Amino acid sequence: MGVSEPKTLFVAPLSKPDAGSVGKTGTWRHEKPVIDEEKCVKCLLCWLYCPEDTILRREDDMVYVDYDYCKGCGICAQVCPVDAIKMVPER
Amino acid sequence: MPVKTLTGNKAVAYAARLARVKVVSAYPITPQTTIVETLASMIEHGEMDAKMIRVESEHSALAAALGAASAGVRAFTATSSHGLLYMHEVVWWTAGARVPLVMAIVTRAIGPPWNIHVDHQDIWDQRDSGWLISIAESNQEVFDLTVQAFRISEDERVYLPMMVGLDGFILSHTVAPVDMPEQHEIDEWLPERKQPYVITPETQYVMGNLATDEDYYMMRYSIQAAMEAAKDVIKEVDKSFGENFGRSYGGLVERYRVEDAKYHVIVAGSWAGDAKEAVNILRDEGYPVGLLRVRFFRPWPTEDIVDVVGSSKGVITFDRSVSFGARGHLFMETISSLGPLAGKLSVRGVIAGLGGVDVPAEEFAMVIREFIDEVEREGQVYDPAYWHLPSQYRDMYPSRVEEVVR
Repeated sequence: MGVSEPKTLFVAPLSKPDAGSVGKTGTWRHEKPVIDEEKCVKCLLCWLYCPEDTILRREDDMVYVDYDYCKGCGICAQVCPVDAIKMVPER
Repeated sequence: MPVKTLTGNKAVAYAARLARVKVVSAYPITPQTTIVETLASMIEHGEMDAKMIRVESEHSALAAALGAASAGVRAFTATSSHGLLYMHEVVWWTAGARVPLVMAIVTRAIGPPWNIHVDHQDIWDQRDSGWLISIAESNQEVFDLTVQAFRISEDERVYLPMMVGLDGFILSHTVAPVDMPEQHEIDEWLPERKQPYVITPETQYVMGNLATDEDYYMMRYSIQAAMEAAKDVIKEVDKSFGENFGRSYGGLVERYRVEDAKYHVIVAGSWAGDAKEAVNILRDEGYPVGLLRVRFFRPWPTEDIVDVVGSSKGVITFDRSVSFGARGHLFMETISSLGPLAGKLSVRGVIAGLGGVDVPAEEFAMVIREFIDEVEREGQVYDPAYWHLPSQYRDMYPSRVEEVVR
């Protein structure tokens, strides 16, 4: 998509994040998102909006959560148009 | 090619549409202009295939445009004055990200007190940020620069965002004829968008993460290299545009009646039109004076300045802005590019027209004439900050602030 190599000395602030480079951030969580597969319409908004890339996508576009790294911010539950994600308190 | 009568703002909007901008983001309240209003209307009426993102501030407007541009499309926004200042943090982030992007700046005074007239304080305030900064003299040039900005910004040698400045009210809200190429002509001239990387869920890049101090340093070094490379790109694009559409402006600067000139005027923006009139008046009187109009403030046209005024007898700059505690911006840049040559010629840095105070051609002529006469009479003149005060204050206050303090 329009990517072309720079032709002048080029140093840009880009990185490829590694899973778990700062430890298991899932332990920071107070509430965890729980997905109701019956209600999910596979719109993938949660997958797109998740700031931590912890909403994962199966081949059939059903989504699931990587609880090792999900920090429990709740954005997925907010953007879900069919209320298929509930935030459940951790115990 | 159809000639339309357009305000500067509409000329910018049409240019953005012809460049096939796909995302426009803006905060719709003051100091937003009819640039974005026109774009929003075209998108809403289905006359432009783009998405309009309304945001809650200019800070977010540029952040949204940066996001869209990072994802791979032409993105555009416009602002002015306080909006630009509010955006300032993201101005730096955009240049640091090295993502091509175009933004129009309606140049306007900064408060307090409120003032909605032309002044270059807002746009020069962005000078260190890593953006290419251009400024037009006419509505036609605003249109041409906006189209060219995409090609310059997206050149693989540059990959830096670019601002197109147009003087508030004088250009932005004044109607003038603008010759606009047809869509197919722009499509043939303006290549498909290019950029150094795209950020999508698939590419999984993070931009702006913590880096080592040494890598940070080298990123700054590479922005400077791109600025240097941009000088040739700007000249090439100006030339190619001229070959295709019949209008070239001279690259980073426009040279006006400089061939046999012994004295030179340096100026930027719409009032260069008045200054050119003054040059004509003075030429008729026998004064050997020419004019250099700065079209690009960044990258600064060092080589052009040295080439044109290096052997000049006297240079007079006209600044519509001031760096408090120092000088006018064009003056400082000019002197710094002349280096050792600066000591050999006479200079006067005039600060005028702040907050939109009008300086008609006759006043330009008067100030330039006085300077030339003084140099001819006294030999060398070094006068870095001469305040050409509004006429009603001219008899009450001295033109040199140092005299107020003494």
